[in-house]
Amino acid sequence: MKFLAGEFDVAVVGAGHAGIEAGLAAARLGCKTGVFTINMDAVGNCPCNPSIGGTAKGHLVREIDALGGEMGKAADECFLQSRMLNRGKGPAVHSLRAQIDRRAYSTRMKHCLELQDNLELRQAEITDLVRSDDGAWLLTTRLEAQYKAKAVILATGTYLGGKIYVGDVSYESGPDGMFPSKYLPDALEKLGMSIRRFKTGTPARVLRSSIDFTDLEEQCGDDPVVPFSYDTTEPGENKVKCYVSWTNDNTKKVILDNISRSPMYSGKIEGVGPRYCPSIEDKIVRFSDKPRHQLFIEPCGLDTEEMYIQGMSSSLPEDVQLDFYHTIKGLEHCIVMRPAYAIEYFCADPIQMNSTLEFRDFPGLYGAGQFNGSSGYEEAAAQGLVAGINAALKIQNKEPMLLDRAGSYIGTLIDDLVTKGCNDPYRMMTSRSEYRLILRQDNADTRLTPTGRKVGLVTDERWEKFCRKQEKIQAELKRIRKTVLSPSEELNAILREKNTSEVKTGVHLIDLLKRPELDYETLTSVDVTRTETDRNVLEQVEIEIKYEGYIQRQLIIVEQVRRLESKRLPADIEYSKIDGLSLEAREKLGKVRPESIGQASRISGVSPADISVLVIYLSTLRHKPEDKV
Amino acid sequence: MEQTIAAISTPNGQGGMGVIRISGENALATAQEIFTSVSGKKVTEMKGYTASFGKISDNGEVIDEAVVLVFRAPHSYTGEDVVEISCHGGMYVTKKVLRAVFNHGAKPAQAGEFTKRAFLNGKMGLTEAESVMDIISAGGEQSARAALSTLEGSLRKRIQQVREILLNLAAHLSAWADYPEDEIPEIDEDELLTGLGKAEKELSDLLNTYDAGKIMREGVDTVIAGRPNVGKSTLMNLLSGCERSIVTNIPGTTRDIIEETVMLGDVPLRLSDTAGIRSTDDPVESIGVQRAKDRLSAAGLIFAVFDASMPLSNDDKELLDLLEGAPAVAIINKTDLDNKIDSEFIKSKVAHTVFISAKTGSGADILSKEVAEIVGTSKLDPSLGILANERQYHDAKNALESVSEAVNALRMGITFDAVTVVIEEAINSLLELTGERVTEAVVDKVFSRFCVGK
Repeated sequence: MKFLAGEFDVAVVGAGHAGIEAGLAAARLGCKTGVFTINMDAVGNCPCNPSIGGTAKGHLVREIDALGGEMGKAADECFLQSRMLNRGKGPAVHSLRAQIDRRAYSTRMKHCLELQDNLELRQAEITDLVRSDDGAWLLTTRLEAQYKAKAVILATGTYLGGKIYVGDVSYESGPDGMFPSKYLPDALEKLGMSIRRFKTGTPARVLRSSIDFTDLEEQCGDDPVVPFSYDTTEPGENKVKCYVSWTNDNTKKVILDNISRSPMYSGKIEGVGPRYCPSIEDKIVRFSDKPRHQLFIEPCGLDTEEMYIQGMSSSLPEDVQLDFYHTIKGLEHCIVMRPAYAIEYFCADPIQMNSTLEFRDFPGLYGAGQFNGSSGYEEAAAQGLVAGINAALKIQNKEPMLLDRAGSYIGTLIDDLVTKGCNDPYRMMTSRSEYRLILRQDNADTRLTPTGRKVGLVTDERWEKFCRKQEKIQAELKRIRKTVLSPSEELNAILREKNTSEVKTGVHLIDLLKRPELDYETLTSVDVTRTETDRNVLEQVEIEIKYEGYIQRQLIIVEQVRRLESKRLPADIEYSKIDGLSLEAREKLGKVRPESIGQASRISGVSPADISVLVIYLSTLRHKPEDKV
Repeated sequence: MEQTIAAISTPNGQGGMGVIRISGENALATAQEIFTSVSGKKVTEMKGYTASFGKISDNGEVIDEAVVLVFRAPHSYTGEDVVEISCHGGMYVTKKVLRAVFNHGAKPAQAGEFTKRAFLNGKMGLTEAESVMDIISAGGEQSARAALSTLEGSLRKRIQQVREILLNLAAHLSAWADYPEDEIPEIDEDELLTGLGKAEKELSDLLNTYDAGKIMREGVDTVIAGRPNVGKSTLMNLLSGCERSIVTNIPGTTRDIIEETVMLGDVPLRLSDTAGIRSTDDPVESIGVQRAKDRLSAAGLIFAVFDASMPLSNDDKELLDLLEGAPAVAIINKTDLDNKIDSEFIKSKVAHTVFISAKTGSGADILSKEVAEIVGTSKLDPSLGILANERQYHDAKNALESVSEAVNALRMGITFDAVTVVIEEAINSLLELTGERVTEAVVDKVFSRFCVGK
């Protein structure tokens, strides 16, 4: 029998990486928040790789942290090995990645939710979602408990209509053997929401003691470790090693001989898989001239012997999996504890949403994470945070938090999703941002902590710390502008050694630091007035100085684009009635309903001519006297 | 509804005919206010695509006789009701008619407003609008061809080739940064420099065609110089095909600078016939001489005329000195008479020397070739795609600047992340050129280029 079990300001459906950030943000902003999970032991689960961060994803974690989110802190507490990727390729693409203890991470996140004021964590499968007469949302659980909420955030991950495929076997299931969310898809379709099928996959986990590590290349963490969170002062040490191996001709043969047994190739799976994270059979078929593919063997935690085989996800039958894993050096006798599988799930087309992640047609309903068509824990957490913050701000009648492309990867991610939509699971990459040199992982705090503070997620203590760091950066910039080094033999010896031209007259420290060959470290002995020792401060100064010219170039573009972004498009424009627009543009604009000319210009199928028409149309709107009724 | 606007649609200056265009809801009514047809039919009752002859008057005063052409919405240039009044040319009459139109409710059209409306009413796309504009203003055949080939996309193809090179480099760099653990081949700095070098060359070649292309569209300021009575005015008349300068054999007859635009081959020349250069005590003429000298130094092209039937005078030699290093053709005129001039001396001073008879017209074809050579249009093949306007030039120039900056960054040892970003800037400039990305500036710039009334 149905009964009203409770009322919330914000209800979050799902307690994965998106749900966690959404729930915490809403609760921390003072909203009474309910977080629903199908299984209490699956909170903050990592059903795929046991790692957080990576290229561009590391940027996202830093940004989540700068805004006051949780992911970075949890990753710092639970990491097993940490590496800064892309060192040497330039600061814009430095990306932090940490192997984490999967169980510890999940436990840590669950505990965090349990301890959070204003937040109630419930184990329940949401089976129905309707709008009640008073405008609130009414959620019903499998056990017929009903909850009212002013805002609902859907963060259903791969649970929503989840179906697992291994060869010709398939069955309804969530990830890692959890129940799927079976009834909610129907409820969403009844609301009039457009949903579609995506798929993703994960490789096998194998028993550590069954792996022969003798000839495998080891991968160790960085020393010293750089933490994700600006709060983490003692980052800790690396605890594990990862290993590298390769596929070979035999692997290829086994897979090609059995390709017809793959549900992807036999056409059984209708969902679209991620282009950027293909299964091993996809890689072998698509890049058939490549003799071998690299794979990584990564520990899943300290209290487990399960090892994750990165790069080898598959939906081939279990017997084929055993055969091909056994062809790989080191895995010849491996025992597969969990076979690889593909999972298909429902998700929404994100062009139905505003950049607050609220559905345009369903006020108070938000989406985040895989539900929005993205892939990856970090992408999910970033959207969860934005949805949680904006749901809370809306309930409190405050201005929404809108992050733009020029200010963050999170803004870029959301803009891409709500403007362009996605035809396959969306993964963040540094090349998705046109403002890479500005959106660095090292300056995420400078870019976003003021926003987090304004929203209310940045604590006094954190804000103090942030302000002190900014002051130190300014002071150091001032010092290097003023400081003149004399053309001493000592200085010229350093310059000679670093292969850069010597100086004959006094030279400003700033001009030396601008040279690509030089940095603070090489100049230590001659830079006698330096008192600043905070590495993070010096790093900021060094990057800002060295890349000043390039950063300026980007800032000019940012300015140009912001002018277009500031041209807001009224929500009620009838695109079908603007004569100058192409038919395709009318259709696309009507579907995406962009919030600004800038956003409109990024919609594929909307040409510069269409944009000109819109610009002119807007100016005629402004010049036209009010129509008399 | 949009306001009704009006402007003179024919180029400023002398002309056999002037057209005043009125567009908007009240276009027909406005025209009716000032027009009385011979047949008695009202403009407001005329069908689309019909004409009527009558008189234009304002405040009871008859201004001119005119033909009124009516276009009914949406079948007009702007997509609105349009009236075109064809009256007699010349600034005085056309301006007076326009003022009459304004007196009866129409507002002056802003720069590019007719085209803006055409564009807004779905009558044409952006690139189309730009190209149409170029055809309208094209002075010569080649220019029209260049404008057409923009539509056909040979410029687009050329740009796409450069973009392909850059996109490949950027894609490689991005993959290498985004997939550090995948087996993306290392990027070789030499490979980058080679690719960028190719793009740099192609872009500067393209930019180099712009000036010649511009000359074909807009013409070149050409001064006809020479001491009195060598036949400058006869030459001008030959080129323009009608009598303009007063031609007598009394030296110094031409005192004012007379201007005329003529076509020589594919090149439009904005000719000015100047007072002859000679020392004189006549105060009126000496002002003319000074003006002629100033004119010489500012000219895009100089036709220095010499009389073949007389030996070189001091004035001739003085002129030859002024020509050194200037874009000039020495024209040895009057070849129909006995040859007494030291042509070898002229050739030693001026690289381009032709013999003509302005009177009979012989040698004019050679003059045309020499001119094409000097202004660079002879080397131009518009079918390969040339930059057609300032906007395209600006974008190509930005792209080149970015490519050069990328090369510079690489040489300086700047990390690849910054290099990638600069390469992407170049790609964006090229996308903007072909109209595949937009900033407000593009739109603004395009519209500011359209002259009122075009």
